[in-house]
Amino acid sequence: MAYSDKVVDHYNNPRNMGSFDKSEENVGTGIVGAPECGDVMKLQLKINDAGVIEEAKFKTFGCGSAIASSSLATEWVKGKTVEEALQIKNTDIVQELNLPPVKIHCSVLAEDAIKSAISDYRTKKTQNSSEKSENANV
Amino acid sequence: MDRSIYLDNHASTKLDPRVLDAMIPYFTENFGNASSRNHAYGWKAEEAVDQARGDVAALIGADPKEIVFTSGMTESDNLAIKGVAEMYREKGNHLIALETDIRSILDPLHALERHGFTLTILPVDNKGRVDPEKLREAIRPETILVSMMMVNHEIGTIQSMEEIGKVTREKGVLLHVNASYSAGAVPIDVNRMNIDLLSMNAHLIYGPKGVGALYVRRKNPRVRITPQIEGGGHERGVRSGTLNTPGIVGMGVACRLLRENWNSEVAFLSNLRNKLENGILEELDYVSINGDVDHRSPAVSNLSFAFVEGEALLMGLKEIALSSGSACTSSTLEPSYVLRALGVGTDLAHSSIRFTVGRFNTEEEISYTVRRVKEAVSRLRDMSPLYEMAKEGIDLKSVQWNTH
Repeated sequence: MAYSDKVVDHYNNPRNMGSFDKSEENVGTGIVGAPECGDVMKLQLKINDAGVIEEAKFKTFGCGSAIASSSLATEWVKGKTVEEALQIKNTDIVQELNLPPVKIHCSVLAEDAIKSAISDYRTKKTQNSSEKSENANV
Repeated sequence: MDRSIYLDNHASTKLDPRVLDAMIPYFTENFGNASSRNHAYGWKAEEAVDQARGDVAALIGADPKEIVFTSGMTESDNLAIKGVAEMYREKGNHLIALETDIRSILDPLHALERHGFTLTILPVDNKGRVDPEKLREAIRPETILVSMMMVNHEIGTIQSMEEIGKVTREKGVLLHVNASYSAGAVPIDVNRMNIDLLSMNAHLIYGPKGVGALYVRRKNPRVRITPQIEGGGHERGVRSGTLNTPGIVGMGVACRLLRENWNSEVAFLSNLRNKLENGILEELDYVSINGDVDHRSPAVSNLSFAFVEGEALLMGLKEIALSSGSACTSSTLEPSYVLRALGVGTDLAHSSIRFTVGRFNTEEEISYTVRRVKEAVSRLRDMSPLYEMAKEGIDLKSVQWNTH
């Protein structure tokens, strides 16, 4: 299968590859996919109190298109607010990377990873604030 | 390395220059039709075909009259399976094959199933071998044919041919084997192995594409098959169509070279394959061998690199020509059914690479490949969340994945 130049570029020079400490309060972690399906994406977002994504990191087990989709996702979410990041659609990724139909699931996974990381961040926040308010009540 | 390294010799092989030299005159001055009986052009072509028929037969211990030339392995498999099924239909309608067999065996069988035949697709053990006793149990009074790969195309596992041949002969059932991937793996003797039909092709033994052969036993028992291509009655009526003289000449020379150099070829392939496999296993952890190391073609090394997806790995090794059992290299999104049949987990099937060495590979290419595989796997593992989790001591099997 021939890859688009953009997929090859992300594969050869992945942007923001790595991990944050997932226990950090301002880090949201999303892990989507399954080894049996041949794709697992981990996307982590560092979000400030103003709700802006300051940094993003990914690790991906999957084909070149999966790696490129997650690498691109980290580039796109950086500097965006959480609300803006939630607007990113898999079809945008398909278009940017010129993915063939058989690889569309890679872009879906990247979109899901963003949503999952944000939801993890929000869950953490709610838990923390409720813990804080409980503490305050004592 | 300024050009790519070819380690996909089970996809096709490079034409041996000696084969090409022998073929050329049959494209140019000796272009006649081997069926033309009235002039020297025809006689020359016929003579060359006879010579080739002898060389093909000699490689497998057959009589030249038992060789039918075809367009390749797929046609040979179709002719054997459908030809026997049609001819022996009154005797029975049950056919047997293996789960790991190639599509050119399984697909004709499934086509016959739609026309009223019944199939048993036998499972194999975790190394890819079928137990001859399980085969014996599967044979019924209405069984007419057992069909299987002698050497598996993906993992190189060699079946216990002699024991299998004993079972089918004892039970009075015909045995068809596809020996297209057997070069250097097993010296074939159709009589000792009790093989009744055998498919071969030229392009996997350094011959040209578009030519193959089917061995059809003539006595003890005499096997008859219904032709699948009808016309001028070539090949004793079994396979009509003007003979592909240059291709057949090429196949004959390819078989002769293989037979004459068998031992050195086996030693050469084993040396390269072992260097490659041992080199990789020494350099990397979490690598497993797919197949049967005790009964395996010396050309094949099928490895699973845990935590790394096969297609991504191929992308990182783009100057090396290889195949992967990963779903992503196929259009079906399903990983290799051969590996699945061995009980290899879907995750490791996605992570598999097939290396197949050949006559024209060098030790230098092998050392280079080992080095590059190490680099590419290490890089992708750094990128892999699964590797990270495994290193943290998380059992990946215990994780609740959200599957699509």
